[in-house]
Amino acid sequence: MRRSVNQIGRRLTLNCALAVVASACCLASWTAPVRGQEGAAAPVGTAVAPPSGLIATDHPNDTGNAIDLKWTLSPDDVPDKKPRIVRGYEIHRSLADGSDREKLTQVAYHVGEYTDRSCEPGLDYLYEVITVGLGEVRSTPATLERPVHGVLQWFDMSRAWFGVIVLLVCGAVVVFTELVKSGRNLYVREIAGLKAIEEAIGRATEMGRPCLFVPGLLDINEPATVAGITLLSHVAKLSAEYESAIDVPTSRSLVMTAARETVHAAYLAAGRPEAYSDDRITYISEEQFAYVAYLTGYMVREKPAACFYAGTFFAESLILAETGNSIGAIQVAGTNEAAQLPFFVAACDYTLIGEELFAASAYLSKEPHQLGSLKGQDAGKVLAGVLLTVGCIVATLAALIPASPVLAYSLYFLKEVVLGKGGT
Amino acid sequence: MKSTIPWLIAAVTGCVMIGAYFIPYTQSWRDEAAIWFEILAAIAFVLGGVNLFTQHLQKIAARRAGWGYSAITLITFVTTLAVGVLKIGVQSENPNLPWSGHYQFEGGAMWWLFEYAYNPLQATVFAMLAFYVASAAFRAFRAKNTEATLLLVTAFIILLSQTYAGTWLTAWVPDDYPAATFPGMKAIILGVFNTAGQRAIMIGIALGVAATSLKVLLGVDRSYLGSDGD
Repeated sequence: MRRSVNQIGRRLTLNCALAVVASACCLASWTAPVRGQEGAAAPVGTAVAPPSGLIATDHPNDTGNAIDLKWTLSPDDVPDKKPRIVRGYEIHRSLADGSDREKLTQVAYHVGEYTDRSCEPGLDYLYEVITVGLGEVRSTPATLERPVHGVLQWFDMSRAWFGVIVLLVCGAVVVFTELVKSGRNLYVREIAGLKAIEEAIGRATEMGRPCLFVPGLLDINEPATVAGITLLSHVAKLSAEYESAIDVPTSRSLVMTAARETVHAAYLAAGRPEAYSDDRITYISEEQFAYVAYLTGYMVREKPAACFYAGTFFAESLILAETGNSIGAIQVAGTNEAAQLPFFVAACDYTLIGEELFAASAYLSKEPHQLGSLKGQDAGKVLAGVLLTVGCIVATLAALIPASPVLAYSLYFLKEVVLGKGGT
Repeated sequence: MKSTIPWLIAAVTGCVMIGAYFIPYTQSWRDEAAIWFEILAAIAFVLGGVNLFTQHLQKIAARRAGWGYSAITLITFVTTLAVGVLKIGVQSENPNLPWSGHYQFEGGAMWWLFEYAYNPLQATVFAMLAFYVASAAFRAFRAKNTEATLLLVTAFIILLSQTYAGTWLTAWVPDDYPAATFPGMKAIILGVFNTAGQRAIMIGIALGVAATSLKVLLGVDRSYLGSDGD
């Protein structure tokens, strides 16, 4: 915000007055050390050397509201010297005409950089860095030669390579979807856990017991929960066709609402809308172990013949799977939490590992446009495999031939630019 | 229409999120979208509370199996709600404003409920996990085939390496052969085999998340939105 001429004038006068007073104080403190400490190693009030080489540059890949400052530390800023002479560095900012001078912050000793994140894009600023010594003594300021301003960047270049990878993976999904739509037949490997769903629901029907579907702990904004709900759609449709009941206790209200819509649609699609009941899809609690207590209690009381776990799970995964195991239910589990997979593998009959949970919808529906997404994922895996192989070869060669600048740069490029921050 | 409008909202929000990741100017839009989701979730929380209340009331009224637990649930639900809303036992921060104290004020009834009822209950259920781990391990580590035997041996090395016994048993191994000690073996198993497996799974999950998100954005799979009819 630009100030009016009068305001600037008043502020300028005030700043000049303050500067004169501050300079006088500094001079006084330099020329008149504290009495009785003249001979000490670092007396309070001893003059401190200013920092030097102040550089200010626009902070990259932002909206133009940040400027990076770097300076060379004061010669008095020696880390091992006791008592410490330098207490820190004060950073001041003013507009290019010297108005609106203000102290931004004080950083600690031995810190030679700071990012000012309170700038206005396009507005020219001048910065000063002052060393603060013992007894609040201040050095002369290190100043900028030219004013600097923040520039709005329209694209975050540090994420360019990530964008390229996203485009390749998403492009592959779209291309394969179109290929399948045009009649191309794609091979999809068998997923045992998904094949077992029908068997599990059939068993529940034979035994006259319900099925239990747990969509995980997190809300509908999580992709794993969305994948779980799409799997629920198929499980509910099969349940409706087999005339088996399905219970869906949820830990989130939005998941409950989405699950109700999904199961209702599945029952409609199966031609049994009269069998659907809202009472079977309920909200329990957002608290992890309260939810678990309900689920384990339900399992022990109702003894569902089939239990499905699809979504995000944490410590409760083993409690649920072990309880399901103890009541003899067929259990199929899938989660995006890699740390919980071993527990599901140990206690469940079938586990959807890694991307299998996300592939469930396409695998079960066999719809062409969904199968295309599976092939797109495969293309992504090929890309990841190529990157890993090239990276392994380059890293190995760079370790074997450390003198090669080409290999060293190639490794840097892969690690820091492609997989890192874009090399900016 | 019933599923088209939610899909449009999801698609537009998803595109904003993607754009905000690459375009600095739109970064604040992402925060706006997140705030809107929080508002929606807060409203839906009322829906959940009402559902909780009605389902347990129905269970009590019908005297279905376990209705006593429903009664306890409702009593604790209402008690906690009342204690939190009425700020029972909370000292006001400003003498002129009697409701100005924080509901989690130390010594207040809400704090007391959390400290002496909720936390011990959480800890109890969490502690039970140890027994579930033991029973699952007992079943998983039976050496019934080659893979299970391999798992058993690996688990044995890792468990032993976590204890002082692991270090002590292989203390005689010369320093030139660290991989021959139990801690060395643990480091190799965790750092090489386990990390490689975990990363493979993580790559698969990441690609699955990307494909699922794309299906949501493009409206390819709308099964999570229910049917289009009324």
